[in-house]
Amino acid sequence: MRRFTLIAVPYFWLLVLFLVPFIIVFKISLSDTALAIPPYTPTLDLSSGWEGIRGFFAALDWENFTFLTTDDLYWKAYLSSLQIAAISTLLTLLVGYPVAYGMAQSPDEWRPTLMMLVILPFWTSFLIRVYSWMGILSNEGFLNQFLLWTGLISEPLQILNTNKAVYIGIIYTYLPFMILPIYSALEKLDASLLEAAEDLGCSRITAFWLVTIPLSKQGIIAGCFLVFIPALGEFVIPSLLGGSKTLMIGKVLWEEFFSNRDWPVASAVAVILLLILIIPIVLFQRNEQKQREAEGQ
Amino acid sequence: MAQTVFAPWEEADQKPLIQFKNVTKRFGDFVAIDNLTQDIYAQEFFALLGPSGCGKTTMMRMLAGFETPTEGQILIAGHDMKGVPPNKRAVNMMFQSYALFPHLTVAENIAFGLKREGKPKPEIEDRVDEMLRLTRLEKFGKRKPHQISGGQRQRVALARSLAKAPKLLLLDEPLGALDKKLRQETQFELMDIQEKTGTTFVIVTHDQEEAMTVASRVAVMDEGQIIQVATPADIYERPNSVYVADFIGDVNIINGHATRAGDGYDIAYAEGTGKLHAKTTTDLGNEGKCALAIRPEKVSITAQKPAKVTNAVKGKIIDIAYLGNLSTYHVELKGGQMVKAQTANTRRLERRSFTWEDDVWLSWTDTAAIVLEG
Amino acid sequence: MRRFTWFNATSLTLGFVFLYLPMVILVIYSFNASKLVTVWAGFSTKWYGTLFQNEAFLDAAWVTVKVAVVSSTFAAVLGTMAAYVLVRGGRFMGRTLFSGMIYAPLVMPEVITGLSLLLLFIGIGFDRGMMTIILAHTTFSMCYVSVVVSSRLVSFDRSLEEAALDLGCSAFEAFRLVTLPIIAPAVISGWLLAFTLSLDDLVIASFTSGPSATTLPIKIYSAVRLGVSPEINALSTIMISIVTVGVISASLISKRAAVKQKRDEMAAERTAD
Repeated sequence: MRRFTLIAVPYFWLLVLFLVPFIIVFKISLSDTALAIPPYTPTLDLSSGWEGIRGFFAALDWENFTFLTTDDLYWKAYLSSLQIAAISTLLTLLVGYPVAYGMAQSPDEWRPTLMMLVILPFWTSFLIRVYSWMGILSNEGFLNQFLLWTGLISEPLQILNTNKAVYIGIIYTYLPFMILPIYSALEKLDASLLEAAEDLGCSRITAFWLVTIPLSKQGIIAGCFLVFIPALGEFVIPSLLGGSKTLMIGKVLWEEFFSNRDWPVASAVAVILLLILIIPIVLFQRNEQKQREAEGQ
Repeated sequence: MAQTVFAPWEEADQKPLIQFKNVTKRFGDFVAIDNLTQDIYAQEFFALLGPSGCGKTTMMRMLAGFETPTEGQILIAGHDMKGVPPNKRAVNMMFQSYALFPHLTVAENIAFGLKREGKPKPEIEDRVDEMLRLTRLEKFGKRKPHQISGGQRQRVALARSLAKAPKLLLLDEPLGALDKKLRQETQFELMDIQEKTGTTFVIVTHDQEEAMTVASRVAVMDEGQIIQVATPADIYERPNSVYVADFIGDVNIINGHATRAGDGYDIAYAEGTGKLHAKTTTDLGNEGKCALAIRPEKVSITAQKPAKVTNAVKGKIIDIAYLGNLSTYHVELKGGQMVKAQTANTRRLERRSFTWEDDVWLSWTDTAAIVLEG
Repeated sequence: MRRFTWFNATSLTLGFVFLYLPMVILVIYSFNASKLVTVWAGFSTKWYGTLFQNEAFLDAAWVTVKVAVVSSTFAAVLGTMAAYVLVRGGRFMGRTLFSGMIYAPLVMPEVITGLSLLLLFIGIGFDRGMMTIILAHTTFSMCYVSVVVSSRLVSFDRSLEEAALDLGCSAFEAFRLVTLPIIAPAVISGWLLAFTLSLDDLVIASFTSGPSATTLPIKIYSAVRLGVSPEINALSTIMISIVTVGVISASLISKRAAVKQKRDEMAAERTAD
């Protein structure tokens, strides 16, 4: 009996507040927009019995999805989300790897401190961290003032409200997610492996390429997914740092919902975003699984 | 004389404390325990010995109630244990990892089981003190498990599992985590405590020396079955199979063909060599395949052929393992059979009589070798 | 012994400058006297003053804290239950669905979670307000708690629970007397994580809040959408300080505990008889 309660309570909670909402989104994505409250039809009317249910299902269609494919705003938004997420993941890797490597190579007594320094921003408000770049990247912001002062540029650069600012924002906020898995992979790396490689005739750099990189592969993959997946559906960063031309699907969904009040289209956008996300999520899970198995040996 | 020897398993009127009756345990397709029947008597120190995966831990966990038999019955003091949960059994277990509760002190750990029984507080305190004294931990009652050494932790685990005065104490590799020296000391301590408390101990171990030292009877297990149950001396001197002979201690196994001769068998082991003779009660019929098991220390090594010895074979020394107190000679007989002979090094090394490539004679008496089914 | 090489020291310095410089600038400029946030016009704390007179911000902060405390407490309880079910529950009907529902919210874009919950609340005619935010936050943060707690449970020596059963505990007593005290640190860090997630959340709160309840992130977002504001700088500085003090003291405490444990263990081996 206790076991039943133990399982039933969290199970029921998640069913009602996670799965059911999801089914509702799917259902509404098949409905039509209406000038009503709620702003879509059909609504399920159980009072008219079977007829009502049949009529309800008959009124559902894929119209919104067809609409998404015909209006190029949407597929451009999907493509540009994918592109922005991919590029910024790669850039985050380039910034994060040397930091993780440096941490793994640092003296033992330094590591807890360095670790804390990486985790600290994670506990700080996401919104504030994104916001902190607004003052730096604006035309009269800190970065432009600095560059003008050094004489590198004569005109302020337009960075804020462009995709560049979005890249910077993503790298900045998701950097800890990249550093931590790579660090934990590099930390486990036995230093004698590198010595063995050098003993067998590798230079420092070839040893790095042939030993360190392959052995930290799992960490790199995990880090990339941990950045790519949330970046794809990101809303705050493109909304605060991006411009009107920055198309990201999270932002489109938000605007569709709050500004256009087109719930069925917003729902359809959500359903497709999820379908796109399933691929990297499944790949990520498989990578994690492989790692667990490798460690379980 | 018979009264002083503790051997309840030989007396017909003794009731066993534990009875396994045709017990089978399967995990999916894997058969952990295979139709096993065994009695264990009160006050025994019973050792389950075998390689990992032989089912010894499963047997113990079934006694504790953490696993239930797929088929068959387990009786403790005559009661079927089916459906009795671990917390309702008069059985306690000492875990391999000790499983000391890290958030409780040593005294609180020992009192844990007593508190569950709802005993009055002074009684619990008395019992805890008694257990601390028994395990020589008086000074450490207020410490947390991480504040004491490995050997002390082992004793806390023992004290905790004995505190409720169980009828039966199960010990899962109790000394496995200790270093060799400490392990030897602790073995005697365990025997001492077992004797003092009169509790029945069932111990699981993969260390044959440990089993031989502490146990009144040893059960050698393999692949879910008990191969032999006997006193340590019998297990060593009279193994019932090649598996047991090989598992316990060092042994030479000579495979051959036996023909009945007198009160034993003549054994032919290679082309063009003489036959060996061994006295035995093993019945192989008139003739048949057999394996001869001889302990290396029962093989003498001499330069000349000894007179008046039933079995004497010629060979060449291939290897010598010098162990300090002992030396083991690896001798190759004609036909390629290797035989190990062990001698005590009563003389200094430089006066050792044999060296590599020497031709020597190996000999043993007709009762030294054991005839086993091959 | 490892030492810093030039390359490593440089990459670490650059990495940490990148991570911390924006926040440092933010803090410095919160003391700027000028309304123009990018021009330094002398030291002043006036923005802190105006911030504390801003009723709307204070109200939102109060709502946020209430939501965070309640939802993270729910999340800690539900998440611990879920973790226990996942790690120790054995097989039951719909186990795969259950573990899927635990892990999915971790990778779900917030816009989708928010949207779906909003549509649920509208569908069942639930008035949006503080209650709906709490429900939403509990739902996604219980999954984080569950991950934190289950990773502790996985490494938990199962024989400790068995020992408790062996010594006469019922399953529930074993959980209460042995498992829970030992996993308590993980439950607490799960609670802290849930608390922080709730404090931070903008997207889900925007979808699920009603006119009666506005949280601080929603307020901040609507204030900064149009540009940098000195009051927000002051607010950010306060929030950054709280987190910094919290994290540093937490890590000092845990470091001290680890050192003490190590010292105890070494002392124990020395005094072994």
